[in-house]
Amino acid sequence: MHQPAKLATLIALAGSFTVGSAQADITIGVTLPLTGPASGLGIPVKNGIALWPQSIGGEKLNVIVLDDATDPTAGVKNARLFISEDKVDLIVGSVATPVAVAIVDVAAEGQTLQIAVSPAIVPDGRDGYTYRIAHSTAVMAHAMVEHMKKQGIKTVGFLGYGDAYGEAWLKDFTAKSQAAGIRLVAVERFQRSDTSVTAQALKLVAANPDAMLVVASGSGAAMPHRAIVERGFKGKIYQTHSAASRDLMRVGGKDVEGAYVVSGPATVAEQLPDSNPSKKPALQFVADYEKAYGPGSRNQFGAHAYDIRLVLETIVPAALKKAKPGTKEFRAALKDALEAAGPIAVSQGVLDYSPKDHWGFTPETGVILKVVNGDWKLEN
Amino acid sequence: MDASIASILALDGVTNGAVYALLAIATVLLFSVTRVLFLPQGEFVAYGALTLGMFQLGQTPGTVWLLLALTAFSVVTESVALLRRGQDFFSVLRHVRSVAAFPVLISMLSVWAAPKAPPLWVQALLTLGLVTPLGGMIWRIAFRPLADASVLVLLIVSVGVHFMLTGLALVFFGAEGYRNPAFWDERYSLGALTLSGQTVIMLAASAALIGLLWLFFERSLYGKALRATAVNRLGARIVGISTETAGRSAFLLAAFIGALSGLLVGPTTTIFYDSGFLIGLKGFVAAVFGGLASYPMAALGAVLLGMVESFGAFQASAFKEVIVFTAILPVLLWRSLRHPDHEEH
Repeated sequence: MHQPAKLATLIALAGSFTVGSAQADITIGVTLPLTGPASGLGIPVKNGIALWPQSIGGEKLNVIVLDDATDPTAGVKNARLFISEDKVDLIVGSVATPVAVAIVDVAAEGQTLQIAVSPAIVPDGRDGYTYRIAHSTAVMAHAMVEHMKKQGIKTVGFLGYGDAYGEAWLKDFTAKSQAAGIRLVAVERFQRSDTSVTAQALKLVAANPDAMLVVASGSGAAMPHRAIVERGFKGKIYQTHSAASRDLMRVGGKDVEGAYVVSGPATVAEQLPDSNPSKKPALQFVADYEKAYGPGSRNQFGAHAYDIRLVLETIVPAALKKAKPGTKEFRAALKDALEAAGPIAVSQGVLDYSPKDHWGFTPETGVILKVVNGDWKLEN
Repeated sequence: MDASIASILALDGVTNGAVYALLAIATVLLFSVTRVLFLPQGEFVAYGALTLGMFQLGQTPGTVWLLLALTAFSVVTESVALLRRGQDFFSVLRHVRSVAAFPVLISMLSVWAAPKAPPLWVQALLTLGLVTPLGGMIWRIAFRPLADASVLVLLIVSVGVHFMLTGLALVFFGAEGYRNPAFWDERYSLGALTLSGQTVIMLAASAALIGLLWLFFERSLYGKALRATAVNRLGARIVGISTETAGRSAFLLAAFIGALSGLLVGPTTTIFYDSGFLIGLKGFVAAVFGGLASYPMAALGAVLLGMVESFGAFQASAFKEVIVFTAILPVLLWRSLRHPDHEEH
C-alpha cells in the first residue's frame, strides 16, 4: 500500500487529474466505482467532477480520483491512502452504497470529512464525519406521499426489491403514509434477476389498491411496472428516484406512460417554476454538463458532482478564514462551516446540514415527474 | 386463491419452466458428453437476449468483438501448438481457416447489418449465429486442454468461465438491462387466462427443441455417437468416434440452446449482464432432478420448478428463491437413496 510506484499507477489509471499536493492547495480525494457493477453511476460523477473549477476561494484545487471498482475493500484502501499519504482535506465517495458505508469508519478515524454520493445508512452516532449529497429515501417518500394525498389516494400496493433499497423504502414509506392516512394493503417482493413477477402482480391487483408503488432501479423498474399493467391494473403507478432515468422509458415503452416518478429537480431544470430555489443551479448544471458531454446527457449523478462543487464554494471560503489547507484545523473548520452554512440551494434541492442532520436535503426537495409521450413532465 | 388465479399461476410456471427445461437439457447434454457441469449455461441466455437488444438499438452488439477476440486467442494458441508439434505451415493455415472462417464471416455480416435495422427475425438469426460459436470457442480455450481431467477440476474451471463471461458481459453490454420486443404480439383470452403470443412461442419452441433433441439422440448416427462418448470415452474412441468432435458439438449445441432461450425470455423480462446466472442455476437444479442423465426427467423437473417458483412467489414473494432452492434438497435425498453408488462412471 505504501509503494510509491503502485500509488502512481493507481492514480494514472484513475484518470486525468493532477497529483502532487503542494502546500496550501486544497486536496480532495475522490473514490468512485469506475469499473464493476456500479460503474454506470460512478462514471457520470467523474464526468461532473471534471467540470470543477481550477480553484476555490483563491486556493488551487487538487482532485485525486481513484477507482474503487464497486468493492468496499478497495474503497477503504483508497480512503486510507487519501488520509495517510495524500493528507486530503476532504473525501468524496463512493457512489456505491456498500462502499460508502465502509468508508464511514475510516473518515471518522482520520477525522476527515466524507461527502458520500449515496444514501449511506449507518447506526446513529457513527457518521460523525459523513454527510450525504444523495437524497434519502425518507425525503423522496415525503414528496411521493404529499403527491398521493393531493390525488386522493387512500390505499397503496407495494412491489419492491427484496434488498436494502426495497427495505429502506418500505420503512420510510410506511412511516410517512401512515401519518397521512394512507394504508399499505399489500406488500410483495421480487429480485432484479427474476424472469417473471406475474404472481406478485396477481396478488397486488387482487388487493385492488388506489395506487401501486414500484421500488426498483434503472431499467429493472420497467419489468414489474409492465407486469402490473398487463394484469389489468388501471390505477396510478409510482416509481422511486432510482427509476428516474431514461432507461425506464427505453425498456418500458408505452406501458410506463402515465407513471409518476419521484426525483431530484436537476433533470427537469427547464420545467421548474421560477419560485423553486433549485431552478438557477439546475439550469447552470444542465448547461455546463450538456455543453461538455452532449445534449440530453444530464443525469442525477452528474448533478450530485455539481452540487458538491456548490457546497465547496460555500464552505471553503469560510474555513480558509480559520486555518490553512492540509492541516487538522482546516479539516475541522470545513466540518464546522458545513454544519453552520444554513440552507444551500443546489441543483438537486436545498441542503441544510446541521450537527444532527447529516442528510441535508430539506423535505421539499423531491419533485414528481409524470411520463407523458415518453418524456418527463413536471407535476405540480 | 381461486381456480382462475391458480390457472394464471400455473401458466406462468409452465412458461418459465419451459425455458428452464431447455437449459436443463443443455446442462444434461454437456455433462453426459463432456462430464462438464457447465454453470455458465445461463450466461448464453443473457448473451442472446443482450445481443438482440443491441441489434434492436441499431448498434453493433458487443458479442461481435468478444467473438473475434476469443477466435483470435484460440487461433494463435492453437497455431503455436501445432507448429511446435512440427506441422507444416499450410496445414496450420487450413486449421486456422476452419476455426476462424465462420466467426469472422458472421461478425462481418453483423457489423454490416446492425445499422440497417433488418427485420426482427434476421436479427434473431444473427444473434444465434453470433452466440453459438462462442460455445465452441469456450470449449477450445477452457475445456479441450482438460478433456481428461476429473469432474471436480472441470467444475472449478466452469466456475471460472462463469466469472469470466459475466465480467466480459459487463464490459461489452454495459450495466443497464435490455428488454426485447415480442416476436408475436397477439393475445388470446381463455376464461381468466390471457395467452400471449410470446407464451405460445416459448412453449412451442421448447417442446419442438426437446422433441428434436430426442430424435437426434435416438435416431441419428451422430447423436448415438455423442451418447456413446458419454457412456465410455475410451470405448468410443476405439470404435472410431472422435471425442473431440463430440465435445465441440456438445458445446455448440449448448450455446445454441442458451441463445435461443435468451431470445425466448428476452421479451418477457428485463435481462441484465448478470441475469443469466440465476436462470442457468434453475436449469441446473432441474437437471439434477433428472440425475444429470435423463432428458425427460430434467424437463419434468424444470416444469415443476417453474410451478414451485410461481406459486411460491404468490404465497411469499420475499422467500421465493429460498423456496425454489430448498426444493432441491428432498430431490437430492431421494436420488441418493435410490442410487447410492451414482458417482462417476
